[in-house]
Formats: sequence, C-alpha cells, structure tokens
Amino acid sequence: MDNLTKDKIQKLIESNPVMVFMKGTKLMPQCGFSNNVVQILNSLGVEFGTFDVLSDFALREGIKEYSDWPTIPQVYLKGEFLGGSDILIEMYNSGSLKEKIEIELAS
Amino acid sequence: MITKAEVINLITKKIPSSQVFVENLKGNDHLQVTVIAPEFNGLSLVKQHQLVYSALKEELASEAIHALALKTETPN
Repeated sequence: MDNLTKDKIQKLIESNPVMVFMKGTKLMPQCGFSNNVVQILNSLGVEFGTFDVLSDFALREGIKEYSDWPTIPQVYLKGEFLGGSDILIEMYNSGSLKEKIEIELAS
Repeated sequence: MITKAEVINLITKKIPSSQVFVENLKGNDHLQVTVIAPEFNGLSLVKQHQLVYSALKEELASEAIHALALKTETPN
C-alpha cells in the first residue's frame, strides 16, 4: 500500500472518534453488511463519520491491509479497529458495544 | 465459486480441532459460516474472526467468496 493511501486512512480514522469505512453513505448504504453497521450505530444514537470505499479503490484495498481484515465495512473506535458487521451485531446484542463506546467516548 | 466442503477443509486445515458449519445465504458465494474451536479460547472476537479469515485469504480476495457472515464460538 502506498504512503499516500496509508496517510489518508490514518487521517480518516483520526477524523472521528467513531469512524466507519463502508460501501455507500449513511443515507444510502450500498451493501447489507454496511447497512447493518449504520443501523446499529444510529440506534445507539452514536455520532459517527463514514467514508465510501467505493469512491477510492486504492483505499478500499489498503484498509484491508491496514487492519488485516479482508472485508468491508470496518468500524474504528478512537483509532482502534473494532470489527465488521458480524462483530458489531454480536457486540450490540450482548450490550458490550454500547458499554465500550460509552467508556471510550467518556475517556 | 467454492463448495461448502472446500470451505470446511480450508478452515479445518488452519484450525485443526474446529467444528465448521457452512450455509449458502444467497447463491454459492454468500456464505454463513459458524466455527466452534478450542483454539479460540482467550482470543478476542476480532482475533477469532481474523484466524478464520486467514484460512480463506485467497478465496476472499478472488471473491470466490463474495460475502461471509461469520460466527465464532468456543466449545462450552
């Protein structure tokens, strides 16, 4: 991955405490898995930023290398990779997602 | 294109004492995979999923597997 893409990824991750790399946008998710993540964060009333990986192919591939995670969407909380759709769903159902976000955003 | 047997084989090669269940969600490239393995003990969810993904690296990159809904558990 070239440094330009890496810098862009790092800046995007730091641009918001909760940052989602997804296919499409908050209002127009282009994939069911990305939509899952948007709905979960909306239902928790969490403010979050998004980046449409469909708009930047180099970043779409680079983010997978960056987090060693092969799929989109990818959710970051205060710079730390949290997971994709499956993990967000599992954490949401167990209540640990709400707890982790509240702790991280309070600190 | 990939068969359920190939997915199970790839995962068990990487995670020898795992039990692997594969369902087709939509067509053959949208899969629901559940992996139960003692190897997951002590690993975070992200690490558990990364272990399974590492077994399917090429198939995900080549989009032989287009979408993968993954569930990982430790045997209780």
